[in-house]
Amino acid sequence: MNFNQAVYSLIGGGLIGIAVTIMLLFNGRVTGISGIVSSSISKPTPEGLWRWLFIIGMIAGGIVIQATKPDLFVNVSGRGSLAVIIAGLLVGYGTVMGSGCTSGHGVCGLSRLSIRSLMATMTFMLFGFLTVQAVRYFAGGSL
Amino acid sequence: MSSVFAKRNTVSFVVGFVFSIGLAISGMTQPQKIIGFLNPWQWDPSLLFVMIGAIGIHIVTYPLVRKRHSPILDTKWRVATRKDITPRLILGSAIFGVGWGLGGFCPGPGITSLASGDLPAFLFVGAMITGMILFEKTQRFLKLKE
Repeated sequence: MNFNQAVYSLIGGGLIGIAVTIMLLFNGRVTGISGIVSSSISKPTPEGLWRWLFIIGMIAGGIVIQATKPDLFVNVSGRGSLAVIIAGLLVGYGTVMGSGCTSGHGVCGLSRLSIRSLMATMTFMLFGFLTVQAVRYFAGGSL
Repeated sequence: MSSVFAKRNTVSFVVGFVFSIGLAISGMTQPQKIIGFLNPWQWDPSLLFVMIGAIGIHIVTYPLVRKRHSPILDTKWRVATRKDITPRLILGSAIFGVGWGLGGFCPGPGITSLASGDLPAFLFVGAMITGMILFEKTQRFLKLKE
């Protein structure tokens, strides 16, 4: 990580802060991506169409990135297919159980000084840290 | 379909679009940067700067926006107001954390990365949606209070 990367991360984070502000100002909602994705499937109503448009918007943004700066999608995590599938199952199960992920609890919740979101964020950071350490210790960093 | 309905959907599309561009620019669509953040021995502080950028803006805009009587396109706010710390909140967050450290993906970067066409993104998002449905199907057996 160098100075430029820190600046890009700050700018990218700023865009995320602007995006969640627009959602709140116009639609009165928290931009919680795990909730948006799970409810898009469990509540497929016309009133819930906004969730699908949010997801399509995210993928559209991804397509612009893929067309202009595809190296932003380089994945050299060293995690194999089985690890990624188990990871996905845990992320899906855990975020619905815990009512949020990095966006809903981490960005939106911490910004409105929610004690629930602070506890959730500290918990998933701690368990993420422990998991990365376990993978390093038992598997040398890759799975 | 009323025009306010269409406007809300348009706003959601724009928010999703800007959010995903923000994630990609900040490096969050590269799972090794998430794993690096969770590893103090080869620390990658990118995620910290993302949080500073995002929260730094929203911590200012949140109270300003909430001074309004209601959102522009709705009659009431739909923001969680609970303060109780439940086993469900902590256990769910812990399970999420394990998956996050294991794959280096959280939901937003996973969805955004679908656009790359790379297999891991599809495996992750497919499994994530399966996990979400699995929770909906099994939660009544868990006896965890809402």
